[in-house]
Amino acid sequence: MNYVVRKGTLFLITLWGAITLNFLLPRLMPGSPVDAALARLASSGVPITNAERQAVEIQLGSPHASLLSQYGDYLSGIVHLNFGSSYSFPSETVAQTIGKAAPWTLGLVGVTTIVAFIIGTLLGVYAGWRRGKTADTTVTLGATFLAAFPPFWLGLLLLYVLAFKLSLFPIKGGYNPGETPNLSPSFLADAVYHSILPALTLAITTLSGWVFGMRNNMINTLGEDYVTFAEANGLRTRTIALLYAARNAILPNVTAFGLSLGAVVGGSVLVEGVFSYPGLGNLLYIAVSNHDFPLMQALFLVITVSMLVAIFVVDLLYVRLDPRVRQA
Amino acid sequence: MSIVTSVPPPTVPGAAVQIPPARPSSIPGPFQFLGRSLRTLWANGKARIGLVILGLDILVALLAPLIAPHSPSATTFPPYLSPNGTNWFGTTGNGQDVFSQMIYGARISLLVGIIAGAVATFVAVTIGLIAGYRPGIIDEVLSFVTNLALVIPGLPLMFILAAYLKSRSVWTIVLVVAFTSWATGARVIRSQASTLRTREFVTSAQFSGERLFRVVFREILPNMTSLVAGSFFAAATAAVMAEASLEFLGLGDPNTVSWGTILYYAQQQNALLTGQWVMIFAPGLAIALLALSFTLVNFGVDALSNPRLREKS
Amino acid sequence: MMGTGEVMTLLDVQGVNVVYEPNRGTRIWSVREVDLVLKQGEFVGLVGESGCGKSTLGFALTRMLRAPARLENGVIQFGGVDVASLSGEVLRRQRRNGFAIVLQSGMNALNPVRNVEDHFADILKAHARSGERHPRAAVRRRGAELLGKVRLDPDVLAKFPFELSGGMRQRVSIALVLALEPRMIVFDEPTTALDVIVQKAVMKTIQELQQESGFTAILISHDLGVVLESTNRVMVMYAGRIVEDQPSKGLVRGLHHPYTEALLHCYADPRAEEIHLAGIPGSPADLSLPLSGCAFAPRCPLVQDICWKVVPPLAPLGGGLAACHVRAPSDKVTGAKEVAAKVAQT
Repeated sequence: MNYVVRKGTLFLITLWGAITLNFLLPRLMPGSPVDAALARLASSGVPITNAERQAVEIQLGSPHASLLSQYGDYLSGIVHLNFGSSYSFPSETVAQTIGKAAPWTLGLVGVTTIVAFIIGTLLGVYAGWRRGKTADTTVTLGATFLAAFPPFWLGLLLLYVLAFKLSLFPIKGGYNPGETPNLSPSFLADAVYHSILPALTLAITTLSGWVFGMRNNMINTLGEDYVTFAEANGLRTRTIALLYAARNAILPNVTAFGLSLGAVVGGSVLVEGVFSYPGLGNLLYIAVSNHDFPLMQALFLVITVSMLVAIFVVDLLYVRLDPRVRQA
Repeated sequence: MSIVTSVPPPTVPGAAVQIPPARPSSIPGPFQFLGRSLRTLWANGKARIGLVILGLDILVALLAPLIAPHSPSATTFPPYLSPNGTNWFGTTGNGQDVFSQMIYGARISLLVGIIAGAVATFVAVTIGLIAGYRPGIIDEVLSFVTNLALVIPGLPLMFILAAYLKSRSVWTIVLVVAFTSWATGARVIRSQASTLRTREFVTSAQFSGERLFRVVFREILPNMTSLVAGSFFAAATAAVMAEASLEFLGLGDPNTVSWGTILYYAQQQNALLTGQWVMIFAPGLAIALLALSFTLVNFGVDALSNPRLREKS
Repeated sequence: MMGTGEVMTLLDVQGVNVVYEPNRGTRIWSVREVDLVLKQGEFVGLVGESGCGKSTLGFALTRMLRAPARLENGVIQFGGVDVASLSGEVLRRQRRNGFAIVLQSGMNALNPVRNVEDHFADILKAHARSGERHPRAAVRRRGAELLGKVRLDPDVLAKFPFELSGGMRQRVSIALVLALEPRMIVFDEPTTALDVIVQKAVMKTIQELQQESGFTAILISHDLGVVLESTNRVMVMYAGRIVEDQPSKGLVRGLHHPYTEALLHCYADPRAEEIHLAGIPGSPADLSLPLSGCAFAPRCPLVQDICWKVVPPLAPLGGGLAACHVRAPSDKVTGAKEVAAKVAQT
């Protein structure tokens, strides 16, 4: 119980910290993002009404109001999901743009991360168990090699070879151009087809982290007395490998899972950019390229908050895995 | 009651283990340490490969003006050429020689990687040591800041910072990268420092009156060298990747030539479609190899601090 | 007077060597040409200083050596079966109703994420004969019964290792080993990390268990006092060899191997007016060199020419055996079996 309360409090405090950081960031930057933003908005055809100006100022910093009152407006803006308009997508609000892109990223990144975690962990267990033998060396070298690939480069390579040269996969997008997103099976199948290359790229680049972590943990765990004792008592090899070694070795990995989401999200920005996949990462790419500050702000907030929630969920899951923290 | 000890000195030169007396050396201490570390790293198979690759990169970077056949920014060649006799890697859309760009590009990537890695490690060590060594409110505050920095996604933050900042020099990139990568190292160092703090040799140093500064630098830090080195190499790896990513997204300095900018221009000029695969392949491979070399060396550093991981080669 | 039947020989070890082969470094022989014979029901102590090879020997006898340590040559006859050559599933099966080992002060011998009941279930299931089932209720019953033997309450079953004290964890380890119904248990420094009071309690439990169940026990310790109190036979190891093998009661009196005598002199009578602490001069033997003569020769006050040239075999001395040319000279190697029989009779 104590543990949950502690983690919950930590979650709330960190959430507050992240939101506040997002608030302070544009106000600490040199120059005036507000004027730049308003100018760009105007040039892309968005009428600059008072409400519009206000929305931008709440996000990026107002020269008139005090910091504290800005903060209050900012917080209420978040609660009402009002982030103003963006100039990259002038016909809709930022909230709408994000809302459309979110499911794509959730699908791609969410599924890929979990799959990469599972496969990476299993490979790490295998490599650690067979330490020093050919299996271990192959897995380790393979993972090291793959880890060094910058995600966007791997994406470009896959794109070039599999999509461009061999025409096995589509070159860009999340779905066939000309279609509108819906939930029909044919559309979903098409979406999955389009997501294979980006998913592959993301999975390969994030896999190696899990492999290494798990392998090192396994090697450390295998040296523990309880593994020796289990072997001395004649437990089956599989029981020892899974229930005694891997079950303990995985614990540090689980705590690391939440934190690694940051790297996954970062990678997804690059990968989605390369494939023009219509997710949040691609949005951030567009926003950054266009210096679209309102969109950037909102995206950063959404990404950070989702990560914090994911970490909190993982923390709660951890209680089930490690009885020692239940009393902490 | 009195205690009389009578341990007669060894009279017979028996079959006991002989430890050869240490020869006094003329090499100063820190260099001896460096030499010893390099030798140990060299002994590790993976680290050796890493050191070789890293050495080659450094060599190329240092000797760039001598090796590169042309100036990297001169737009004197016909654009969009495939690899040929004069331009081994072909030319860009602006008529620049890709091969020369690749050679000069090593400088930026190495520079940013090493310097950003060093800055990030320095910050990590400072914060980690202070937090680990001084429990209480200081530790709580620093730990909170570290945790916050950890959960905030690094790459997106980097992109946003780079987008906000007007100046686009290499140093901006170094700062942005360092600012977002110190947290992991800080956490590791803090936990090790706080473990060491309670060890007897530190307590005895404190009791014998050594000041905080000396205790930290004389007693604690030497026991964490491999941890700090590991942190540095990890940070350098991340820095190389991050710098490439920033350049690729166009957030770098478009006037400097680095492997990331080559990829940026490749993307902008649709190198895929014009068939200039070398422009995509070469810089990415170079980035991957540099990052790989840091990781490989880190394997050796890991094995230094954790004997269980040492290779059976 | 002899019993109705001869007591069975349980363990017959001949010529066992254990070598450590680290990657970068010299090979070290930590156990050299060890012969020993144990009968069913004996409680034997194995003492020596750190590094003499006693734990290694214990691990070798229970086939628990791990790289870079390796069993080289030697025959280990356990209940008539040569276990030195077994491996894989056959070896695993041997651990039921066979040999077992209790690790040094079970602090870390239990899986942190499984509770005590799970541990029992794991062992019982691992050695289930085909057709045998182990439903939870049966596991709990057996677990409670075994915990009772080590003087622990059944409610320990639901606890996790971190909820138990060091002494309790050590007892749980012993109870788990008992689930295997072993014929021989090696106790490797079972009380070293425990405080003196808990130490005494745990040793008392081990003694009572040994008498009740009749398993052969090997107690490995550097603490001569603990060993002399609990065992009926003591073997002294030096530099990887057994240098003395005596009934425990006979160890404090009479002539012995010079190393044993030196060890005994390290214990002072706390009631005396003046205490002389005598160390043993010289340094421990270099285990990377092959055997040539007596390993204790450089430090021995009785050393003679032959000691440097010929490895002394275990020969009769007092109620047991000693490997010393001076104290127990011998022209031939006395059969270890015959002498062990003599020791069992005293």
